[in-house]
Order: sequence, then C-alpha cells, then structure tokens
Amino acid sequence: MSRIAKSIFTPELAAYFDHLVTIYPVKRSALVPMLLYAQDEVGYVSEAVIQEVAQRLDLFDLDVRSVLSYYSMLRTKPAGKFNVQVCTNISCMLRGGFEILEHCKRRLGIENKQVTADGQFSLEEVECIGDCCAAPAMQVNYDFHDELTPAKVDEILNEYSTEGGK
Amino acid sequence: MPRLVSHPDEVKVLSRRFGQGAAKIDRYIALDGYAAVQKAIAQGPEAMPGWIIDTMKASGLRGRGGAGFPTGMKWSFVPKNSAKPKYVLVNGDESEPGTCKDHILFREDPHAVIEGTIIAGLAIGAKTGFIYLRGEYRYLLQIMERAVADAYERGYLGKNIFGSGIDFDIITQTGAGAYEVGEESALMESLEGKRGVPRIRPPFPAVVGLYGGPTIINNAETIANVPHILLMGGEAYARLGTERNGGTRLFSISGHVERPGVYELPMGYSLRKAIYEVAGGILGGKELKAVVPGGASCPVLRADEIDIGLDFDQLSKCGSMLGSGGIVVLDETVSIVEFALRTIKFYQHESCGWCIPCREGTDWIKKTLTRVYEGGGAKKDINTVQYVAENMMGKTFCPFGDAAAMPTLGFVKKFRKEFEDYIEGKKAGTPLMMEESNLVGVEH
Repeated sequence: MSRIAKSIFTPELAAYFDHLVTIYPVKRSALVPMLLYAQDEVGYVSEAVIQEVAQRLDLFDLDVRSVLSYYSMLRTKPAGKFNVQVCTNISCMLRGGFEILEHCKRRLGIENKQVTADGQFSLEEVECIGDCCAAPAMQVNYDFHDELTPAKVDEILNEYSTEGGK
Repeated sequence: MPRLVSHPDEVKVLSRRFGQGAAKIDRYIALDGYAAVQKAIAQGPEAMPGWIIDTMKASGLRGRGGAGFPTGMKWSFVPKNSAKPKYVLVNGDESEPGTCKDHILFREDPHAVIEGTIIAGLAIGAKTGFIYLRGEYRYLLQIMERAVADAYERGYLGKNIFGSGIDFDIITQTGAGAYEVGEESALMESLEGKRGVPRIRPPFPAVVGLYGGPTIINNAETIANVPHILLMGGEAYARLGTERNGGTRLFSISGHVERPGVYELPMGYSLRKAIYEVAGGILGGKELKAVVPGGASCPVLRADEIDIGLDFDQLSKCGSMLGSGGIVVLDETVSIVEFALRTIKFYQHESCGWCIPCREGTDWIKKTLTRVYEGGGAKKDINTVQYVAENMMGKTFCPFGDAAAMPTLGFVKKFRKEFEDYIEGKKAGTPLMMEESNLVGVEH
C-alpha cells in the first residue's frame, strides 16, 4: 500500500515512488525523476501530479512548479502518443536536421510544439540529444532514430502509426 | 544510437571492451573487470587512499568533461576528516553539442563507470556515489540500473564490498532536459531536487558540495578511465599522451566527414589526421572550411589552423579549447553567419537565467545575429556582437557565460569578412535552416 491514500498513479508507480523517497540523503532529491516518471505515465505533469508529488516530498506546490518550469523535457500539456523530437543542433544541422524537421512538419501536418488532431503525434525541435556521430537524429519518445533521410523518417513514422492504431 | 567505428590509429584503453558485450557483468569480469578495485583494496586500508590518488596524479589524467582539470589533484583537495558525509558524483549529463562519447560508454561499458565510481569513493572516503544521466538517455539509464543491480548482487556494492569492511552504495539518477545541469554546481542543485542554477565558488565542491558534504564531481569518461589507470599504472597511462596531457580520450567526430564516429585517440594526436585519416576526410571530397574542435563552446578553427595536436595545452595556445572532445567539421558550403546563429540560439535557449550577463547577453547576440541573418544587419552589428560577448566573459557564476561568448567571438573574429560580405548582400554558403519559419517559429 502506498503511503499516499488515494494515489493518482498506478500501484506499481506509486510503490516505486514510495521506495524512491527513501534512497536519498534528502528526499527532495527524488523530485526531478519523480516528475519525469509521472509524466511518462500520465502523459504530462498535470495539476494532480504536482499536488501528489508535493505531498510525497513535503514540498509546497510552488516548489514543484518552480522546478518543473526549469527542465525542458517536462511539460504541462499533453503531447502526442508519439512525441517526435528532431535535433537541429550543429552536428545534425550540418547533416540535414532542418530538412528532417521540415519533412516531419509536412508529413504530420503540424508545426513545432503542436499535436496532431488524432493525438497520435506531436512534434518538437530539440537541442542536441547526444547522437551527433549518427546525425541527423531524432527521438520518438525515448527511442533514438538516426542517420535519417526523409524516406527513412516516413518508414519510422509509418511504423509508429501502425503501432498506434492497434 | 551511435555505431561503433574503428581505425588503426586508435589506442584502445577506455574503449577496449566496446563491442564485447561488457554490459553483462560476467563478460566485464572476464575482461579484467573489477580487478582494479580489488588491486586498490589489496593495498590495505592505510595505504589505499594515498596509493589511488598518487596513481591518478602520475597518470596525468585531466577531466574529460571540458575544463581539463587534473583528476588526481581534484581528489586530493577533499579533506580527510569531515563531519558531513562525502560523495562521488559522476556527471553523465552529456549535452555539449557535438559530443556523444558518454552515450557509447554507458551502453558499451557501464561497469567501468561503476568500478571507477567505487575507486573514487575509496580514494576520498565516500560511502555513496551518484551517477547522473541526462533525461534523454533513458535506455542508457536502464542499462546502468541493470549493471548497478548486478554489482549489488555480487557484493561489489553495498555492505563490506569485496570483503574490505567498507560499505559503498551507488544511486543512479535521471535529469529531465537541461544543458546547464552539466555544470558541476548546477548538477548538484539538480540532484538536490532544485532548478539547475549554479552556485558561487569558493567554496569548491571538494570542500562543500552535495548536501553540504565534500564531493568530487567527475565526467563519466574521466571516471571510467580510473580502473584502466590503476591496472596499467599511472606512468604507463601518462606515456600514451603528451606532456601534462596523459593518456587517450574519446573524440566524437561529426559533421561533414566521411566516417563520423567516436574514436579513442592518444592525447596530442594531429587534428588534421583525425579529420582526414581517422574520419575519412571531408564528406563528398569537398573542401574544409572550419572545425569546432571540442564541442560547441570551443572557438572555431579555420581550415589553415588544423596542424595542431589534440591536447588541452595546444588547443588553448591557439585560442581555442579541447573541451569535451567533440570535433565538428564544416565543409566549404557552410555559412558561418548561419552556423554562428544556430550556435547562439542554443546558448540563449539553455541559459538558466541566473546571471544577468549570460541571460541578457545570449539573448542580445541571438537577436542581433538574427537581424543580420535575415538581411537587416548593419556593419556595426558585428561590433555589437563582439562587445556584448566580451562583456559576458568572466562575469557569471559558472562557465556558461564564457561558453556562449567564446564561440561567438571566434566566429566574428575569424570570419569577420564573411559577416561584412553577408551584410552587404554577398552571402556565402548554402542555407541549412531551410525556411524563415525556422527562425521566427522557434521560440524555445
């Protein structure tokens, strides 16, 4: 049983959070991972997430909000089921990163930081993701895809579409 | 994910287990894994810390994160007796554009990072180590977590490690997207569950660090070198490199080269050979225009400046830096104006906003260069950019302000003529940013 009476998280995640707050010298250290893992499950950092995380760590909601706004991977609105993050930083740019970003915009019919109408995909231009030697690169959720060409991007997005339709 | 590459000029110390399945603990052990930590423990409890630190000093190893501070010396600053617990903090928040070496390291040899962390803990008398990975590296975090769990299962972590009577724990941690957190003091803030803004120094982390305790913070590559150095001996490792630049390092070579990849080369290796031989030369047989030699923060080198050895001192002597070892190669088609703009856009986005010269400076430079890029620039804009950048230098809590200013200064000083021509309508290079929307639309 979670120490939070009515957790908004699945029992597995709630149990993991119960454990996470015990491993650090100071339990606030669990804040950043907790927000990210909560987002993975809920889809974004909702008001309910903020409140429960604050309660778990004995923080004010404001403390959580302050930290939340700092980290670029944390979001307060839902993304698509598949969040397509295209790197356009220097190494990727040299190998066609902007072409890949433009291709994704056309293919998905959305602009940067938008979500498709069916909620399947969202698109984000991101800074260096650490895959420079296989540029241009992108991540779909946490999966890396690299040495991209427009044709390869189509194949990858098609695979996610099929998976998402199931 | 980056593929494994190879070249005959490589000297494989750190990378010798890459591609050998060493993420599995039995395989790691079969390849001399966890032998170095046992060698250290065998020195006996009295002699061990001094022996480790002396070996590290003799190795000439300098920090692989970018600053190049001698590792053994850093460790020796930690006070022997401390009322507060001491910590080891491994920086795997790899975010420097052009750098993906730790990515490969975590995937191919996670136990080397763990073993190095334990040894660092033994050297300073810490009982806990943290391994912090950037949030985007989730699959690598899972590999690290598996490796840590395996090490606990064998008794290599936890109580009484290797029967030494010493306890040592490792906690893995994920970030959530922030370049600034790669800076050591911001990293500690992040690990304490706060916004990643820097701390003023002194006091330095070796005295007052994580949770107020003495802390050594090292880049993941630095830490992974430690077991190799203890096994081969400090002097033997030092001899692989150049004077005051011991050993080898992982170079991420990217951009316009035929064979991009992470290569382990001896310190002092020729930059020209790294580009033309190791990485196979310029993509499509084009001409070289410029090189960013150590990640985006390092001032650019022109094509006529590449006859230089890749070590901290030689790069520093020619006005650049070895940084994190990310070599980004630009061919003749690249517009430096555009490349400079993309670089400063990154820093403007990532500035944490704590120090005004950095927060305002990166924004002003970005806005000025955007105006130039869009065709509305005046010649005085070049001086404005240079003036703003010069006034950011050395005026911030952490080196981020310098890291944004230095490449900017490099571009406008070394390619001033190109900026002047661009402003006069003579645009060099093929645009890479594609559409206007990429400039105005990207409000990060």
